[in-house]
Amino acid sequence: MSEQLYFEDVEEGMELPTVEKNPTTQQLVKYAGASGDYYQIHYDQEFAKANGLPNVILHGALKNAFLGHLMTNWVGEHGMLRKLSAQYRGMDVPGTPIYAKGVVTKKYVENGENLVECDIWLENHKGEKTTPGSALVALPAKK
Amino acid sequence: MTQQSAISQEMRDGVGVESDPLSHKVELGAIIKFAEAIGDPNPIFNDEEAARKTRYGGIVAPPTFLRSMRAGPAKVEVRSPYGAALDGGSEWEYFEPARAGDTITVTTKVADIFERPGRLGNMLFIIRETRYINQFGRLVAVQRGTGISYQPPEG
Repeated sequence: MSEQLYFEDVEEGMELPTVEKNPTTQQLVKYAGASGDYYQIHYDQEFAKANGLPNVILHGALKNAFLGHLMTNWVGEHGMLRKLSAQYRGMDVPGTPIYAKGVVTKKYVENGENLVECDIWLENHKGEKTTPGSALVALPAKK
Repeated sequence: MTQQSAISQEMRDGVGVESDPLSHKVELGAIIKFAEAIGDPNPIFNDEEAARKTRYGGIVAPPTFLRSMRAGPAKVEVRSPYGAALDGGSEWEYFEPARAGDTITVTTKVADIFERPGRLGNMLFIIRETRYINQFGRLVAVQRGTGISYQPPEG
C-alpha cells in the first residue's frame, strides 16, 4: 500500500498521480460480467454500428470506475472519497491507452474536516478529455 | 416544424415515484471480481489478509461497485420510446463504505426528465436518483445518473 497522503501535503493546483489504463475488448466483457451491464454496444460490434456508434465503446460506468481508482489510489487508506462525478461526453473505444488525471482545485476545513476538491478527467491518447468530472475527499492531518 | 415531444404524460407521472426496494448481499467474490474487471490492484479491494490490517478491517467495495446492484421494479414505469441508449454521466455521494457481507437495499426514482436536440437526433435525458442503504438502515451512497436515449439511425 502506498504512503498515506495528508492534508498538509496538498496544495491547490497540485496534480494527482496519473493512473494509466489500457482497456481491451476482453476488459469490456469482464466488466459486463462483473457489473451485470450486458448492453450489446459494449461487446457486439454489429450491434454498436447499428446504433450509430463507430465501434464497441467503453461502459460509462467503467470510465467512472477508472476515476474512482484515481481517487482511492491518491487518498490512501485514511482518506475518504465523499463525492465522485463524471460526465461521459466523448466515447472511448478499446485498444488505445486512456489516462485518469486530476488537479486539486480547492482545499478547506469545514466542520472540523479537511476537505479537498479536485477536477478529474479521463484523457485519450490524442490528449482529448473525454470524461470530465470532479471529486471531493476528506484527508487526515499530520497533527 | 417542431418535433413532437418524446415525453408522454405517463412518463411525467412517474417522476418522483420511488421504486420497490431490492436487497443484495455484498459478496466477497463479487468485489474481488469487480476490482479485477476495472483493473484496480488496491489490496483493500482484493486481499482479505492485507485489508484486515487496514482501518477497514476487511475488504470493502470499490466506489462504483454499487452500480452492480439494481433497485426493485418501478411502481410507475418511465420508459423511453427510443430504442438506443447511452450513459450520460454519474454523480456519487458516499457516506459509509460497503463491506463484504453487508446487505444493501436499493431504491431508485426518476428525479427529472427533459429532451434536447443532439448529434443523433432528439435526445431524451432521464435523471435517476438511486439510494443504497445497508442492513443497519444507514445510507451508504446516493447516485444520480443521467440516462440518454435516442432513435437508432435507419439501417
